[in-house]
Amino acid sequence: MFEIRCPYCGPRDEPEFKYGGQAHVAYPADPELLSDEEWARFLFVRDNSRGRYAERWNHAAGCRRWFNVIRDTGTHELVGSYRVGEQPEDAR
Amino acid sequence: MELDPNEHALHNAPFLWRTPEPKKSYEAIIVGGGLHGLATAYYLAKNHGMTDIAVVERGWLGNGNAVRNTTIIRSNYLWDESAAMYEHALKLWETLSDELDYDVMFSQRGVLNLAHNLHDVRESIRRVEANRLNGVDAEWLDADAVKEFCPIVDISPEARYPVMGATLQRRGGIARHDAVVFALGRAADALGVDLIQGCEVTGIDVVDGRVTGLQTSKGPIAAGKVGLVTAGRTSLLTAMAGFDLPIQSHPLQALVSEVYEQVLNCVVMSNAVHVYVSQAHKGELVMGAGIDAFNSYAQRGGLHVIEEQMSAGMELFPQFSRARVMRTWGGIVDVCPDASPIVGLTPVENLYVNCGWGTGGFKATPGSGWVMAHTIATGEPHELNRPFSMTRFETGELIDEHGAAAVAH
Ligand SMILES: Cc1cc2nc3c(=O)[nH]c(=O)nc-3n(C[C@H](O)[C@H](O)[C@H](O)COP(=O)(O)OP(=O)(O)OC[C@H]3O[C@@H](n4cnc5c(N)ncnc54)[C@H](O)[C@@H]3O)c2cc1C
Ligand SMILES: [Zn+2]
Repeated sequence: MFEIRCPYCGPRDEPEFKYGGQAHVAYPADPELLSDEEWARFLFVRDNSRGRYAERWNHAAGCRRWFNVIRDTGTHELVGSYRVGEQPEDAR
Repeated sequence: MELDPNEHALHNAPFLWRTPEPKKSYEAIIVGGGLHGLATAYYLAKNHGMTDIAVVERGWLGNGNAVRNTTIIRSNYLWDESAAMYEHALKLWETLSDELDYDVMFSQRGVLNLAHNLHDVRESIRRVEANRLNGVDAEWLDADAVKEFCPIVDISPEARYPVMGATLQRRGGIARHDAVVFALGRAADALGVDLIQGCEVTGIDVVDGRVTGLQTSKGPIAAGKVGLVTAGRTSLLTAMAGFDLPIQSHPLQALVSEVYEQVLNCVVMSNAVHVYVSQAHKGELVMGAGIDAFNSYAQRGGLHVIEEQMSAGMELFPQFSRARVMRTWGGIVDVCPDASPIVGLTPVENLYVNCGWGTGGFKATPGSGWVMAHTIATGEPHELNRPFSMTRFETGELIDEHGAAAVAH
């Protein structure tokens, strides 16, 4: 179990949060123009790298807001959190 | 007699396999010395006569999910493609100890999948019928029959999630995972396969769209064909070859209790209460449940996930409240969006992949190795793994076993 800093409520235990997967995956601007391959990529393929990873969390048992976290998937080190609309550089 | 410390018993023990240094080149190399990699190598040699092959493993054989799983074996999957794949594996399990001349302690003690609400009941009966149509043994038991088959399950109507019945696959059960590693490793080695431990693949050489060899911590090794059988780390390997797969790597945890007398005679799984429980031959209660939600390569997860498994276990077996946890651990599982594996060709010629078994690949071990060996040897998928290609995500022919596969994984 680790501690996650909600940008709105401060540090809380992990079970208060729900995981939302990779952050910054934009919905395609023109979905109808995508090939089957591109659509499959958008639907199913997410980054699965080892190391620093930008991911979404929801403070489900708190303020219920979505935000982003930079976490190391190799060590579970939490580098920082930032609000939706901010960029990974803003993480603290 | 004085023991020379340099001659530690391990150095003199009759090893089950050689520890060769890699040759300059092989006809085929399997990356990953877990169960599926070893089974692939074994069947490549045995079924296809390919013996100029190596298994390269970054740690030691069976350091990963091979020996971290809860060893449940069954084939009662809902969809035709899965039932065919897992039933093929189950048939191989039934003769594996004889075939490998090594007791893998496969115990067909039966697997119960409990139903706790009307929806569970309907889904379960549907699955029983689907299983039977596919030649997979399956029965529906009402609550009293569940109690008769497994006397220690709490079926009282006062339970928070009362047991309304269960499916039973009598041919399902458990096996001893490390014995399977030993048995397959020894058999592959005896057929001439080089099992190379402490050899991490750090790069994959691709020339004109075709694999030509590997960069490893023991130097470059040329290869005519390469099979990636690396479970939770597969995305790291495919990235080296320039493509990615719809896979996410998650921790999956399990626990064992202290050793007790045999009290649980079968495997019990519950989707709704969410735990699966068996009792090892030695006597530990073995429990597992779902993944930790986040991506990870760290082979550990949160204690609250273990707590959830234990509270679910106590819901079904109130007497386990007095049992004590001896050990918990985690493995990294490779989860596909449809909870089914990817076994087949890749965009790189002569490079094959076998992954995505996620939380449920132990049961598939011999079948997975069998079809992967066929795919590597012939360059074409076996009938059984053809549907499990990576192109299914484009065509939409998913094999959606999330929930359908008798457990919420
Ligand atoms: C807690 C837990 C419980 C489970 N319970 C069950 C169950 O009850 N029933 C069931 O059917 N399944 C279960 N599973 C799933 C099952 O364990 C896996 O699906 C299966 O073991 C995966 O195949 P494997 O044995 O080949 O994997 P692994 O043993 O993980 O093998 C992969 C190997 O690849 C090696 N490798 C990775 N990268 C490299 C590299 N770069 N170079 C060289 N080698 C590399 C690794 O070191 C590793 O040894 C469970 C898994 C876990 C973690
Ligand atoms: Zn909050």
